[in-house]
Amino acid sequence: MSVSKDHIIDFIYEEARMLDEGRYDEWLALWLPDGHYWMPLDYKQSDPINETSLLYEDMFMLKLRVERLNGARTFSQKPKSRCHHVIQRPFVDEMNDTTFVTNTSMHYVETRLDEQQLLALTARHDLTLVDGTLRIAIKRVDILNCDAAFRNIQLLP
Amino acid sequence: MGFHVGNPKTAVDLVQAHQVHRDVYISPEVYALEMKHVFANAWVFVGHESQTPNKGDYLATQIGNQPVIQVRHKADDIHVLLNRCPHKGTKIVIDRQGNTGKFFRCPYHAWSFKTDGCLLAIPLKKGYEGTGLEKTPNGKGMKAVGAVKNYRGFIFARLAEEGISFEEFFGDSLSSLDNMVDRSPEGRLEVVGPPLRYMHHCNWKMLVENQTDTCHPMVAHESSAGTAVKLYEEMDLPEGAPKPAAMQIIAPFMSPYEFFEGMGIRTWPNGHGHTGVHHSIHSDYSAIPGYFDAMVETYGEEKAKAILDENRHNTVYFPNIMIKGPIQQLRTFIPLAADKTIVESYIYRLVGAPDELTARTAMYNRMINAPTSIVGHDDLEMYERAQEGLHVNGLEWVNISRLLEDDENHDEEAVMNGTTERQMRNQFDAWCKFMTYDLDQQGPKE
Ligand code: FES
Ligand SMILES: [Fe+2]
Repeated sequence: MSVSKDHIIDFIYEEARMLDEGRYDEWLALWLPDGHYWMPLDYKQSDPINETSLLYEDMFMLKLRVERLNGARTFSQKPKSRCHHVIQRPFVDEMNDTTFVTNTSMHYVETRLDEQQLLALTARHDLTLVDGTLRIAIKRVDILNCDAAFRNIQLLP
Repeated sequence: MGFHVGNPKTAVDLVQAHQVHRDVYISPEVYALEMKHVFANAWVFVGHESQTPNKGDYLATQIGNQPVIQVRHKADDIHVLLNRCPHKGTKIVIDRQGNTGKFFRCPYHAWSFKTDGCLLAIPLKKGYEGTGLEKTPNGKGMKAVGAVKNYRGFIFARLAEEGISFEEFFGDSLSSLDNMVDRSPEGRLEVVGPPLRYMHHCNWKMLVENQTDTCHPMVAHESSAGTAVKLYEEMDLPEGAPKPAAMQIIAPFMSPYEFFEGMGIRTWPNGHGHTGVHHSIHSDYSAIPGYFDAMVETYGEEKAKAILDENRHNTVYFPNIMIKGPIQQLRTFIPLAADKTIVESYIYRLVGAPDELTARTAMYNRMINAPTSIVGHDDLEMYERAQEGLHVNGLEWVNISRLLEDDENHDEEAVMNGTTERQMRNQFDAWCKFMTYDLDQQGPKE
């Protein structure tokens, strides 16, 4: 099966919607088993391993993060946070046979109790086609004000 | 009951052996006194020398609520100056770090200063002739802090002109900093990247106290550490298969009470202390190839073993930092208001050691100390609930009496059961001491 540009763009929209609606099992299923979610700490950071990042999570950590959200003793999620993505139409920057790269600007809103925060983000997705299905190999999320002091960011942009 | 805290002498009445009054956490008046006295009389961490490696390099930060600049004046000479133009008060630098060249130049009216703070030039200087400017402190240049010490690369400063010496203030507690630096085969650390910056709406002391609070991990962090263990067990990996990284870093928080009791807490005079006297959650980190050999090369086998066998967990340096020697981390709890604290978490590279060590340190930092950390989330939740809960009237004292002994003397080093709250009491003992230090030593100033 060949993949169209629209197909790739729809995938990015759908992923954001899953996060907003808390459909985490479906969301986890989008990932390759060796996928990584990276949120750099430094502007234009190039090394996720030997420097501090906000997130550099493998599938174990992502599962743990998702599983924890529903735990009976997850105190920081009583009450639960909610999130909301407003995304600009993704750029498809690279289209190879089975690998694709997109770049998406978005505004991410996360709220809990009386607090609400807004983050301006750029997400880069490295996607791979496996058995006719798109999967996430790497998702890199750069926060515009990554050098600011944040309060809890509990859900996933 | 209510307190009227007008001066440091009454502030210390808020502290008793077994309890402290909630005003030490929620009163803006007490906070102002802390800034003026505790943070002025104590030695406070400023930065690491590797953050300002070249002449003219500077770093802007705070000592308590005082904006300061750490600047490299000469190759081996680092100064700490107050970040305020002596003319009209403009902050001299705003960016967190940079290089100012040979001098600082105020952006408002271009007064300029050498990198040791001395006045260099004033435009149209003859306008000040006969005004006596040169006799005022403003005419001398940028004001420096009272005293600066570079201890093995870590820069500490005391705001007060007179006061306790660096050596007396820290005493034997420097063994933790020594151990962290000795872990480099070259005896040298280098900062890696910017710090994580995490905003908390709670008092700075809650964060410091939590560093030796060994009765909370298995409770507050059950949702992260407990879930990690559960997920790992469900994976049912074959014997000897590599564990997910999170199991090394997060799962130990789920260790039972006996583990934390057995790990021990040591306290030193002046509010310093550490957990992990006998073992710690950092004891079981897997060895990294090539590292031990490099250590033996430098120190010989016996000394190398002694350095690496030390597994101190969290060392608190009063008033407001914590270091983790085994993973080269430093967290500074910078007070912004009675109910507002920013936490900055730095990591350092062991010069001469394999990169894998830095990778593990970076991993620990993001998994535990980041605003995105599932461990940090529950800590922040607890602090902020406490900050709000403490406003309840009619129950105004906070208990800190766990394993309190009748004859506790904080002027002496002690090693205790790892679940004691002695280190918290030790911090308050130092808090009282440095709240009134300038008054006791020199008589009241006002
Ligand atoms: S305020 Fe700095 S030169 Fe005037
Ligand atoms: Fe904690």
